[in-house]
Amino acid sequence: MTKTKLGEFAMARSGDKGDGSNVGIFVTNAADYELIKRELTVERVKQHFDRICFGEVTRYEAPNMLALNFLLRDSLGGGGSESLKTDAQGKAHGLGLLEMEVER
Amino acid sequence: MRDKINIGYGQGFWGDSILGPVRLVKEGPLDYLALDYLAEVTMSIMQKLKGRNPAAGYATDFVQMLDRTLPDIHEKGIKVIANAGGVNSEACLQAVLELARKKGIKGLKVGVIDGDDILTRIPELVKNGHAMKNMDDGRPLSEIQGTLLSANAYIGAFAVADCLAAGAQIVIAGRVTDPALVGGPMIHEFGWGPEDYDKLAASTVAGHIAECGAQCTGGNYTNWREVEDFVRIGYPVIEGRPDGQFVVTKHEGTGGLLNRNTIVSQLLYEMGDPERYLGPDCAADFTSAMVEEIGPNRVQVSGIKGGPPTDTYKISLSYKNGYKAVGQLTVAGPDAIDKAKLCAEIVWGRLALDGCEFSEDEKMVEFVGAGVTHAGILESNDPPEVVLRIGVKSTDKAKVTRFGSEIVPLVTSGPPGVTGFAGGRPKATDIVGYWPALLDKTQVRTRVRVEES
Repeated sequence: MTKTKLGEFAMARSGDKGDGSNVGIFVTNAADYELIKRELTVERVKQHFDRICFGEVTRYEAPNMLALNFLLRDSLGGGGSESLKTDAQGKAHGLGLLEMEVER
Repeated sequence: MRDKINIGYGQGFWGDSILGPVRLVKEGPLDYLALDYLAEVTMSIMQKLKGRNPAAGYATDFVQMLDRTLPDIHEKGIKVIANAGGVNSEACLQAVLELARKKGIKGLKVGVIDGDDILTRIPELVKNGHAMKNMDDGRPLSEIQGTLLSANAYIGAFAVADCLAAGAQIVIAGRVTDPALVGGPMIHEFGWGPEDYDKLAASTVAGHIAECGAQCTGGNYTNWREVEDFVRIGYPVIEGRPDGQFVVTKHEGTGGLLNRNTIVSQLLYEMGDPERYLGPDCAADFTSAMVEEIGPNRVQVSGIKGGPPTDTYKISLSYKNGYKAVGQLTVAGPDAIDKAKLCAEIVWGRLALDGCEFSEDEKMVEFVGAGVTHAGILESNDPPEVVLRIGVKSTDKAKVTRFGSEIVPLVTSGPPGVTGFAGGRPKATDIVGYWPALLDKTQVRTRVRVEES
């Protein structure tokens, strides 16, 4: 077991949902799926984005895609046309999650 | 009944490259071309344009696209489905007919779908007890009813199929859902009914994959170094079949990348609960989809399960919610971040000297290059330069305008190395609030009409 960035073996895509974002992350084999299910708890993801996400984090599982989907509420500075932030649509949040280090 | 139809998805939003549809029409087999032009904010912009000019309020990109493709589309018999009508499908219809006449194309059948625009009916709906509370936070509509800019129901795929059945080769819709642009042709060609939930769910998944154009063929893909020839990136083609199973592919010889990973990436885009993706025609279970690579640049999706839709339409309202302005300057190092911080303090300080103050909630400061998109995750303490992005929002337009005039002066009256100012003073622009709600389906009636050039 060594510390590895999620980006070494996982892929992600993110976008906006109202004033929050969704971050989908997926892997390509069953062992890695078990790993991300174990490591990527709601608490840990919330902490990882503590300077971006100021609301609740929800997690969904999609085993057919070996994927997890996170909703990060209040993470866009208002969202849509209301936001003044550069990343008003959370386009970078997926890449941000891939920076997280896990034991693999 | 045909056993297969090819549906290409050419433009994924208003502003997407015209090369998508132009190349789809030229570079390979195609039965249908779908194009999506509407985002939540787009509708309010279109209402504003229509307010100034009764012949405006639709996606003019669509007509420009047809200007380059209509002869080919006509000759090959490709059917085109676009939600280009915005808030003025009638004007869009007339523009397309006019274009066909100019190009000497006779007998082109152009159809419109109406009924999604409920802006003028809101007072009557409220009076009849339809609450249309904000879906996200439960606020009552009365809070914003006086400042409404647009109101539209998300129409489903059956209206698109109706318009095709009425003989249209070009279908112009207002606010139909993005996936309905793909579902409509499938319903029309394969004779699906309103209770064929699994098949409708399959078309929803197909539409979701294709609705952002090249975002399923290598665009915005994590492992971008694997993607070949971004310049000539292929746009998606859905090969739909009567049983609901479909293949996502792209035309032979185009660039980009299409494999299981690029498709799963897009399946996850803007996803909520993957087991229950609600649309006007069905509830689709994205976790039931089997996604398999069956050849180079060919991914098959099958096994999709669906269930009945709810008895409400999602509606999207927009309203005027104040003003905003954002300006930016580049601050050259050394000490770029410290100097940019000082610049921001100077702006707030000088505005205060002149009696113009903003609350913390109304102010925004970013040091782009130091770790803005990845705040708290990836940051740089001493970059050679940063871009200072500074902005405000307020209900007071004069204050927002005043703010805009206090940024350029930093070039000569702030710390050294302030440069890169372009574009003049940032102007106060409208903030458009977004109000998602639900409305009983019985209150929305769609109509289709077909005219000929």
